Amino acid sequence: MTGWRALLYKEVLRFWKVGFQTVAAPVLTAVLYLLIFGHVLEEHVTVYNGVGYTAFLIPGLVMMSVLQNAFANSSSSMVQSKIMGNLVFLLLTPLSHWSWFFAYTLSAVVRGLAVGTGVLLATALFVWQSSVLNFSLLPHEPLWALVFAFAGAAMLGALGLIAGLWAEKFDQMAAFQNFIIMPMTFLSGVFYSIHSLPDFWQGVSHLNPFFYMIDGFRYGFFGQSDVSPWLSLGVVGVSLLSISAVAVYLLRIGFKIRG
Amino acid sequence: MPAISFQSVSKTFQTARGPFQALDGVRFDIEQGEFFGLLGPNGAGKTTLISILAGLAKATSGSVSVMGVNVNTQAAEARKKLGVVPQELVFDPFFNVREALRFQSGYFGVKNNDAWIDELLDSLGLSDKANHNMRQLSGGMKRRMLVAQALVHKPPVIVLDEPTAGVDVELRQTLWQFIAKLNKLGHTVLLTTHYLEEAEALCQRIAMLKNGKVVALDRTDELLKAASSNVLRFKLDAALPPALAAKARVTGRIVQLPAHDAIEIERHLAELREAGLHAEDVEIRKADLEDVFLDVMQANTEQETV
Repeated sequence: MTGWRALLYKEVLRFWKVGFQTVAAPVLTAVLYLLIFGHVLEEHVTVYNGVGYTAFLIPGLVMMSVLQNAFANSSSSMVQSKIMGNLVFLLLTPLSHWSWFFAYTLSAVVRGLAVGTGVLLATALFVWQSSVLNFSLLPHEPLWALVFAFAGAAMLGALGLIAGLWAEKFDQMAAFQNFIIMPMTFLSGVFYSIHSLPDFWQGVSHLNPFFYMIDGFRYGFFGQSDVSPWLSLGVVGVSLLSISAVAVYLLRIGFKIRG
Repeated sequence: MPAISFQSVSKTFQTARGPFQALDGVRFDIEQGEFFGLLGPNGAGKTTLISILAGLAKATSGSVSVMGVNVNTQAAEARKKLGVVPQELVFDPFFNVREALRFQSGYFGVKNNDAWIDELLDSLGLSDKANHNMRQLSGGMKRRMLVAQALVHKPPVIVLDEPTAGVDVELRQTLWQFIAKLNKLGHTVLLTTHYLEEAEALCQRIAMLKNGKVVALDRTDELLKAASSNVLRFKLDAALPPALAAKARVTGRIVQLPAHDAIEIERHLAELREAGLHAEDVEIRKADLEDVFLDVMQANTEQETV
């Protein structure tokens, strides 16, 4: 495992140096969602008993930002290094496939959690101003919230690594993001409780692992959720392990990076 | 124990037009402390061979070892012993020079490497650029930075793939002085270059590669001895007579003809006179590595067509 910390530090410094684009911008995007959807839907949508729509929306937006940014970090770093050619500096080193995996995945977790924290803090101002019903910035069950944030970010970090290894061009990466990541996050119950959906779409939502990440994270905030947090933890855990196994395997065989 | 050992290395690429054999049973050793040149025309397989050595690609068959360590089965150990300067002018635009070198040290598990990093920067004339972003460096500086990155972990074996392409004359001198110094300190150097005068001046032994095969391998002075010993060089404004044109190397107005002895030189000049041509700036020089190179490549083309 020699050297993996150097690679982790490099990957963190990489996004931090362009923090305006990689941290501040996604925080702004999430706040805009909150302003618009919160304003329009607060009076019209009921989700859980005793939880206002804006309060419901906040953890969803936090988790969505965590997931999207974790994915963006590992995927864009890998595809850029491949296209720029500077991946060779890593390929020439004794770094093992486990080192690559942990460095890329954990740096994605760091970026995801940094953006998630930023979104939470930014919405705090907004919540305090408009006294959103029954919302506490301190999660009801902080450990559950943290476990789901970490596992979700790690899973999307590993998925981003796979996408980065697979994509040969920026437009292939954009396709992966627009046709897989975006629909799965938007259709995971960030903006609605799946109990409000018709039966068929409720069934479909239960097949989406992103749903369990958001639902489990929300459980951490309100102590209530659409499904049991243990079920969510099981699904997220199995998904994380499977995707990690694929990522580690691709790194071990040098998929599309060693000839 | 040789520094580098290529044992029957073959590599076949699957292309849209069918399989392409880039390397065909390449077999030779480079001894510790040698300054070794690998020459060949574009597409001969030099970079493929170096990629296999560096673990960037896998051989279809055969094996490669560095200081006795197999590059495939003990990849991490082998890579610690190698410092590779890649041919492409690549850099990471997010970092400055010092950051890039610190990270590169970290990947090899080398900690607190600033003293050696400073020495590298100084030897390569990059000290005043230490805090500049990689994007701000000129092409020549980026090229020297590739050398610095390859040497952060003080590897016993240094591989340079076309290190002087695009580097001006003065900087080339700095670079060679530094590499020659490392070689004197005991580092083994494997060099590929298109500048044959550099190979002639620096390398003790040379291998020539063509179509994935080793077509010549000898001490540099032996290769030079084996070549036709002299070259008749002159300038000419008209076309050469066909008999001479077949043997000549023509670069614009400059014509170079191999000649073993005085009789052959006289014969060449007589043919020119009979054709009514007037040669200017006539001189006779010793054959250099470029002549050897062209002879060897030519000889192999003839063998293949037979």
